[in-house]
Amino acid sequence: MADFLEFQGVTKRFGKTIAVNHASFGVKKGEFFSLLGPSGCGKTTLLRMLAGFERPDEGRICLDGKDITDLPPNKRSVNTVFQNYALFPHLSVFDNIAFGLKVAGRPKDEIESEVEKMLRLVQMEDRADHFPNQISGGQKQRVAIARALVNRPRVLLLDEPLAALDLKLRQRMLLELDLIHDEVGITFLYVTHDQGEAMSLSDRIAVMHAGVCEQIARPAEVYEAPKTSFVASFIGDTNFFDGVVSACPEPNYCRLSIGGFAEVLCYNDKQKAVGDRVNLSVRPEKFRISVDPPAGAAPRLNVLRAKVEDIIYSGNHTNYWVSVGERRVAIYQQHLAYLLDEKPIRWGDEVWLSWHADNGYMLDDSAPVDESLLPPKIPQNAAAAGEAK
Amino acid sequence: MTKRQHEIAITAPSLLWLALFFAIPALVVLAFTFHGHSPDGGVGEWSLSTWREIVDPDYPAIVWKTIRISFEVTVWCILLALPCGYAIAKMRSKWRAVVAGAIMLPFWTNFVVRVFAWKTILHPDGWVQHCYFSLLEARHWLSAHLPGLVARALDGAGIAPAEPPDPAFSTILDSEAAVVLVSVYTLLPFAIMPIYTAAEKFDFSLMEAARDLGAGNLRAFTSVFVPGIRQGIVSAVLMVFIPAVGSYVIPQMLGGTNCVLIGNKIFMRAIQNRNIPHAAALATLMAASVFVPIIAAAWWRRYQAKRGRRIVEVRAARLMAGGTK
Repeated sequence: MADFLEFQGVTKRFGKTIAVNHASFGVKKGEFFSLLGPSGCGKTTLLRMLAGFERPDEGRICLDGKDITDLPPNKRSVNTVFQNYALFPHLSVFDNIAFGLKVAGRPKDEIESEVEKMLRLVQMEDRADHFPNQISGGQKQRVAIARALVNRPRVLLLDEPLAALDLKLRQRMLLELDLIHDEVGITFLYVTHDQGEAMSLSDRIAVMHAGVCEQIARPAEVYEAPKTSFVASFIGDTNFFDGVVSACPEPNYCRLSIGGFAEVLCYNDKQKAVGDRVNLSVRPEKFRISVDPPAGAAPRLNVLRAKVEDIIYSGNHTNYWVSVGERRVAIYQQHLAYLLDEKPIRWGDEVWLSWHADNGYMLDDSAPVDESLLPPKIPQNAAAAGEAK
Repeated sequence: MTKRQHEIAITAPSLLWLALFFAIPALVVLAFTFHGHSPDGGVGEWSLSTWREIVDPDYPAIVWKTIRISFEVTVWCILLALPCGYAIAKMRSKWRAVVAGAIMLPFWTNFVVRVFAWKTILHPDGWVQHCYFSLLEARHWLSAHLPGLVARALDGAGIAPAEPPDPAFSTILDSEAAVVLVSVYTLLPFAIMPIYTAAEKFDFSLMEAARDLGAGNLRAFTSVFVPGIRQGIVSAVLMVFIPAVGSYVIPQMLGGTNCVLIGNKIFMRAIQNRNIPHAAALATLMAASVFVPIIAAAWWRRYQAKRGRRIVEVRAARLMAGGTK
């Protein structure tokens, strides 16, 4: 069955650059769907094509079974919350929200009651008579959402709606957006470069890179089972190990020999054979680091000797950088037990590094990752907290 | 120097200029109106005789006509300047400079020469006149040859005249239309420039927002672009209306006897009749007839703004009380 909103091979070029390259995916009714990627990845272009501001060079966009590719923006039942809010400066908050209904020629008392409902939804009742230059960024944001929602769009498009807000406000608006989505039950298409926002709000995420949707999946799946090295490194932090399969001791496990590192065991869900090249991703929090060797030899546990090179202590957790052979490995260790009872780890110490074979994940590609596109790596403490950078 | 003194020091030269060449002459003109005129063409004794003379039955009609024509010229200029300003602001910056330059280009030619050129263009033997007359003839031919019902409908709508057009009474030159046309031509750059300047600062993403909310192109233009550049429109209106009210060269050269405006009357009284106080009184009348509506409009806007605020306050109060409608 066709999805509520469908992109079918949508392609857009600007001159020689391909902004969006054959994007094909569906969004379900009522879903909170995010387009996530670094700036210039084509996510905003995709959104603008759905809103009707850009025409795709190829492909179709269908909404509820109808092809809307060639409709002008004012004939589509989608509304946008713009990044800079784009509130009309000459109209009051009330009239800004009423704009769409007035254009549609609705009767006056209906407009009043609908706008008042929206004002209550976004908690702006007492600002109805203010003008956009008299309210704060967060309030503008809410008016922009109300102005779009009042038209009861089939899909609400949000273009980096929180980018202009400070951290505290952003976290509050995240919560409110989630509540609003639950309350109105409209399909949300959310564009952001912030993995934290996307992870915490979305039902599903499409991770975009250079015009291509690299992976479309639930947030946990995108994090734990990234399809490509780009996805693995853009969402959270990770350690890459490119190696060659040297043996397959069990049906679902294989040994990788990694140049300048060691031989490690990993889960072979991709059914690679001896001699295949593999790019393994291990998230920093999957490692255990200890002064003593890990107690009780658990099956399929990789245990290595490592030398501590860097330590950043952050209270509830510590980031370590250790060297194993010629490689540097980033580790995130949460302090689950009372830290002062443990043997302290110091710079230059020889320590034990361990992780279970199931906790590494094989990527489909082995392409090198363009570091400039990635979020900054140090300090690393933002990764697991899902905070914005 | 305090900030206040600094401000005064900076504005002093322009204030002095305005005082010397605007305020004092205006007061002198006003003072002249309370004098009689002397037979040698000078200003006579203090007297109210000039104001008694000025109650000429012709003047109100001429003042009204001047204002009406200036208003028409202003409306045409704004209507033409809005899309122009919009289009120029949307252009790439290098084209903007070219087009803005092209708009100012006519100023390199003397104003009187340009108006004289229009006299040639609109001459009874010129092609504009020929085209216009052909149109009139076609209109008459239509009413004569169309089936009765259609013809009667056209006559009823005032589209088709029953009589054939008369060349002697159908000239464009020496008509009010010629004055409006050439005034619009002359004053259009003064309307485009402030509107373009305002449009350049306008945030065009608001147009996208309007389109996104269901407005068509025209609706987005009228209800978002136009209010967004209203300051520019106000300047444009003033820049066009005030010179239009004071114009006398254009009606003199192109209006013939059919379009005598207040400027021409002032010219006649001052230069031909050598009655300076009378001309001064007319000028005062004209200035008053322009300023009074402008002040009234400003007052009306303030009143409207106050009233609007009261309406939203009432609405907000109802909302806060949790009332549903």
